[in-house]
Amino acid sequence: MRMFDGRVLLKQVILLFWPLISTWVQGAEKIDSCQLQVLEMLSSLGSAGGKSAKPSFVSYVTPEEIKSEKEPSRKEKHPDLLPGEVVFCSASTVLKYTQDDLSQRGVFGVLLCTNFRVSFVSDEEPTEEMGQLFKNKLYGENDIPLSCVDNIYGGSEDKRKLITGGLVKNKYPSKMIIHCKDLRVFQFSLSFSKEEDAKKIFQGIVHHCLEPKSLRCLFAFSYCENTSYPEAQRKKQTVMFDSVEDWTQDMKRTKGNCRVVSENSNFELSPKLPQYFIVPKNVSDEDLTKYQGKGLPMWCWSHHSGCALFKTASIPLVQEDNVPQTYMEKMLTAVAHNHLYSVKTEDLSDTLPTVQDILLSYNKFKQFFLIDNTTEFWMSDMKWFSSLDNCGWLDIIRQCLQKAVEVVESLEKENTNVLIMEEGGSDLCCVVSSLVQLMLDPYYRTLLGFQSLVQKEWVAGGHAFLDRSNHLHLKDKVESQSPVFLLFLECVWQLQQQHGPAFQFSETYLTVLSDSVHVPVFTTFLFNNDGHRDSLLRAESPHTQRSPLNCPTVWDWSVQFDCKAQDLFTNPLYTEKPKQDTSVRKSYRPRHLRQLSLPSSAFKTPPKKGFFKDEADNLKKILGVKRLSRWMLSPSSDSPQTSSSVREFYEAWQTKPLDYHGLLLPCLDGPSIRVWMQRYLRWIHDVQILGGGPVAMLSKVSEILGEVQELQRQLDRHGCTLTSNHKGARPRAKTAAAVIAARSSVRLSSSFPFVTSRNWAFKPAIPTSLLQSLMVTGMPGNLADREDDGGPESLV
Amino acid sequence: MARAVFSSPNAAAAANILVNFAVLHIATWSRKSQFNSALIASRESLKMEPLAVTLLPGEERVIDKDIMYICPFSGPVKGKVFITNYRLYFKSDPSVTLNVPLGAIGRVEKMGGASSRGENSYGLDITCKDMRNLRFALKQEGHSRRDIFDILFRYAFPLSHGLLLFAYLSQEKYEENGWSVYKPMEEFRRQGLPTDKWRITFINDNYELCDTYPTILVVPFKATEEDLRKVSTFRSRGRIPVLSWIHRENQAVICRCSQPLVGMSGKRNKDDERYLDVIREANGTAKLTIYDARPSVNAVANKATGGGYEGDDTYQNAELVFLDIHNIHVMRESLKKLKDIVYPNVEESHWLSSLESTHWLEHIKLVLSGAIQVADKISGGNSVVVHCSDGWDRTAQLTSLAMLMLDSHYRTLRGFQVLLEKEWISFGHKFASRIGHGDKNHADQDRSPIFVQFIDCVWQMTKQFPTAFEFNERLLMTILDHLFSCRFGTFLYNCESARDTNEVRSKTVSLWSLVNSDSTSYLNPFYTPESSRVLYPVASMRHLELWVTYYIRWNPRIRQQQQSPVEQRYMELLALRDEYLKKLEELQLTDSSPNSSHLSNSSASNAASPTQHINHLHTPF
Repeated sequence: MRMFDGRVLLKQVILLFWPLISTWVQGAEKIDSCQLQVLEMLSSLGSAGGKSAKPSFVSYVTPEEIKSEKEPSRKEKHPDLLPGEVVFCSASTVLKYTQDDLSQRGVFGVLLCTNFRVSFVSDEEPTEEMGQLFKNKLYGENDIPLSCVDNIYGGSEDKRKLITGGLVKNKYPSKMIIHCKDLRVFQFSLSFSKEEDAKKIFQGIVHHCLEPKSLRCLFAFSYCENTSYPEAQRKKQTVMFDSVEDWTQDMKRTKGNCRVVSENSNFELSPKLPQYFIVPKNVSDEDLTKYQGKGLPMWCWSHHSGCALFKTASIPLVQEDNVPQTYMEKMLTAVAHNHLYSVKTEDLSDTLPTVQDILLSYNKFKQFFLIDNTTEFWMSDMKWFSSLDNCGWLDIIRQCLQKAVEVVESLEKENTNVLIMEEGGSDLCCVVSSLVQLMLDPYYRTLLGFQSLVQKEWVAGGHAFLDRSNHLHLKDKVESQSPVFLLFLECVWQLQQQHGPAFQFSETYLTVLSDSVHVPVFTTFLFNNDGHRDSLLRAESPHTQRSPLNCPTVWDWSVQFDCKAQDLFTNPLYTEKPKQDTSVRKSYRPRHLRQLSLPSSAFKTPPKKGFFKDEADNLKKILGVKRLSRWMLSPSSDSPQTSSSVREFYEAWQTKPLDYHGLLLPCLDGPSIRVWMQRYLRWIHDVQILGGGPVAMLSKVSEILGEVQELQRQLDRHGCTLTSNHKGARPRAKTAAAVIAARSSVRLSSSFPFVTSRNWAFKPAIPTSLLQSLMVTGMPGNLADREDDGGPESLV
Repeated sequence: MARAVFSSPNAAAAANILVNFAVLHIATWSRKSQFNSALIASRESLKMEPLAVTLLPGEERVIDKDIMYICPFSGPVKGKVFITNYRLYFKSDPSVTLNVPLGAIGRVEKMGGASSRGENSYGLDITCKDMRNLRFALKQEGHSRRDIFDILFRYAFPLSHGLLLFAYLSQEKYEENGWSVYKPMEEFRRQGLPTDKWRITFINDNYELCDTYPTILVVPFKATEEDLRKVSTFRSRGRIPVLSWIHRENQAVICRCSQPLVGMSGKRNKDDERYLDVIREANGTAKLTIYDARPSVNAVANKATGGGYEGDDTYQNAELVFLDIHNIHVMRESLKKLKDIVYPNVEESHWLSSLESTHWLEHIKLVLSGAIQVADKISGGNSVVVHCSDGWDRTAQLTSLAMLMLDSHYRTLRGFQVLLEKEWISFGHKFASRIGHGDKNHADQDRSPIFVQFIDCVWQMTKQFPTAFEFNERLLMTILDHLFSCRFGTFLYNCESARDTNEVRSKTVSLWSLVNSDSTSYLNPFYTPESSRVLYPVASMRHLELWVTYYIRWNPRIRQQQQSPVEQRYMELLALRDEYLKKLEELQLTDSSPNSSHLSNSSASNAASPTQHINHLHTPF
């Protein structure tokens, strides 16, 4: 009772001294917004229980009291810290603006910076945790892992300035805007905190998020030292490609006929080469290290026809030096001689955008979704399509898919070996080779298959995750930063959009995977290659000279999500391939459905330039050309010839009945390449379709799936054997339950499961700034000004 | 129903497949994969049975001719064209088929002359209203195209040649009578009308008050017939504000009308002002919102021609909001541009910028956001009046879309038909002028795809709320096909009075007869009825999509994308569930051991009421 009286009294004090307070507030922006904030506080005060003394509120009236009152409560304000997590600094009375409106309202709370995250802990009682089905165990909706921070802006009044680290001491902005790599936007006001705290937290966050640091400082190391993950558990799930067996198995599975190299298992050959890899049989031991692995054809996947896909890092051109040419010649012969088919080379550097292009384009693209306020959002709405077009992101996606289709065509239709190459051999090569395998091999469209593919092509394949993400903010790595892996996921999403039932994993899975890249806990994304990973994990291990530090991989999904949430990773549309056929799949027979039944012409030597027959003299003749780049140049993708050939290939495929367990090709026409709505629009309130979106339909599928499963169980209990042709429709039991649970507790929206709409008023978003006067001008004959039906005479 | 077949059919079964194949438009745009095997079969049969098509009852063959179809996708193909009084049908050996209702033809031109050089340069160029063009080439010697051109020209534009539209020649019979779908009194009663504030008037029984309105109108109880007459003098074409829809709980109403005749001098009309205030009063709200669909500049410009808008100073207690939707000419040009970038080939470079430059989706956005504002006002308890210039284009779009958002009844298969019959057909959207049924004047400035645009808006809503509509995309496509086809009387003529004069109801068949006799084909399996919810689509370009399956449906590459695997999977699962339920039932019958009786009971309840089971699982949003 006394508590309550006190609060009433305080309210009165505030109201009495209102004019005073409003001028007293530091860095106050506008009186209006201040009023709102305080009123907001008052209302939250009224509604909160008697438990907390609301230090945030008291701070206005008697700043001296803060210390005495805050200390005990501050401890409670910590988020649940993870093992190994340490708080660096914190500030109370920070206002977090409500993102989705312009009214400058928000919630007060404590802002902290730890060695893992920036965290905001609201002073308000946590609301009913109804929609927490999809809660991430590592970080909550108000937490930003340090590596997930993209940009920090300092704001004062209407201006916004990019903070680049290394700031003048003693200065801090009244407003801090944080753009995250998962596209969330946070806006904090520091004007209500104590100056000292505000300064500290601002500088702390800037320091830990933006300034260069050593890899050892990443949270993964302190986290893993304090947690243990049994190795066996992750082994059985995803093929990690960290052993000879894994590689041998995969080659056997695809009936490949190459040689597994295990000589590098302790990185004796080169720390830059993968620990294990596969090369053509004719590659000799001394060839392996000749150019630090450059030019070495690394096996990716074998087609059932016997031809295979290889990738390599191209050897830099040395003028007039004949040695690399001879070497490449030998390598190509090795690729060709293994099989009875020709070799086609594709230098991806010539035909696909560079990693810098990719970064530039993505940086433009992401800006459309990092929305500070809704006015801005609606302003940009009218020019949405052309802005999207101009940033070129979708076009880059299309180019990658197209290149993959070209490679698929060579393998599937022409039965030639393909060697793709680029400078480092681990960026676009990874994108294209993984896409090719997804299109050709249904195994990689299963959840575990996909994870194994990422392990094979990206992790073991040596994609420089660390440099590409530049988690460490190293100045000399700024250039190498590029969202190549995200680009790959985008391409997968396009395939999945077009051929939903072919994939066992869901859109949500892809979105979560794209987020996980920025959670610095998983070994998957922290290193540049196998050697790098090995040396660091060994060095950091608490048990020196014994086993390396045991960190979770991203595939240990239970680190982030509980089982129920993980159910959302599976796609209810997916059906497993009927049993009797799976045995056939193992021994890929040419008459399998997914193969285009092509006439004998497929086995003729392709007449196109850029192909190498395995006749040695012919090869030599072409290789005789002086500059390496010229003979490696394959028909460029923008030549009309290639694109029309790809189109024909697509059309020929399209006329066949679609088999989701067979070859999949994407449609590349303009309308078919789209924006990944779930990933990019999930946080933008104004475009949530409440009660709608594709999830509305999918959840109905899941529902009925649940019913069917229940019936199956009942029938099983009756000992009834189900006819085998229905086995295919037998879904995984878990999917349905999760979505049903979700439906019962929250209103679904197009942002499901990332945002649950329980808090939102059911008000439609009415676009502001509807005037599109631009379009009226330049209309022929000024049609816009005309009457609908004739002139004045009809208006009698 | 006599089935006339052009050439000797020897396999009845094959012919049967053909019937389906042809009647459902050769494109076979729906459920392609579901009927994949059937399709292959029918393709086979087409090979064996060239040149066979089943005519509709009343359809008669006029001419056939060997011709070359210049297919934009697969190149020139030789074949035979048949022209009947209803359609143009082309069939070639490697199974290229065209089946175009003559009503869909907008323009027929001769291409090249007798002396033209080059292959296939002499022939016919046909512009269709349904987003495609057709080209036929003929042999140059002997005026070979003269007869076919003349016949096509006559039969494609019968009204310009003193012939009857096919709808008047059709002898089709259906189980259901589509003309009984919409009964105005019934519909008003469903809405809870009349009330003590709103009455039904028969003042327009002979179309004397307003010749483009229906006979039955709902007006404020307080307004006398004399008041109505006075108001009609101040509203363009006498289209006075009348009630379209009333909110059951808060009694807020959507009224529609045409612009007030304010003119340059700023005329006022006390009766009109009082009349609008009476509308406001009816549910006791403080302010009436008037939505003028036009951009404000256009509304001002209309004063010069005697029209205008409700001034703030003259209409007390009313606020005026302009919704910035452009006129019919802008929309026509916009769709024309869209056709340019999608037919025959989809613009390759800078597709999105090209799409933006057509402004088509921008117009869709404006119409939708206008309707959202109307629906939002009504949900808030405020009555609204909607008008544009004449109140039969943009007004119909806004009121019907707002009603679709507000009233779940209109989201059912029958309800949607009622909505179209009411807001579009009975309230005088000028279908005849906008579409140009049977009229050769292809450049007529009155033509405009306003209704197509509306259907597109509906499609956008179904896309955003895939479970909220009882009908499927196929219904929308069928509606648009028969908007042009002239096979049914539904969309003929400009208003009710013209329909009465031409005895549409007695002499033609309604489109709803076709639809409702085969209603299962038009149902959305995901439909989940929710009566109380207002459906607000998101009118942002981020969520608006080009309706590829309609606008680009002739492109074979795009067509592949149309099948809905989600629907297919859902149907499979439903079938599986039914099969399992049946099996369980059988098992329970044979199983009599006491041990399993418990189990049987639990599943018996499932078996008995599968729908109940769904309801249990489903929780409303």
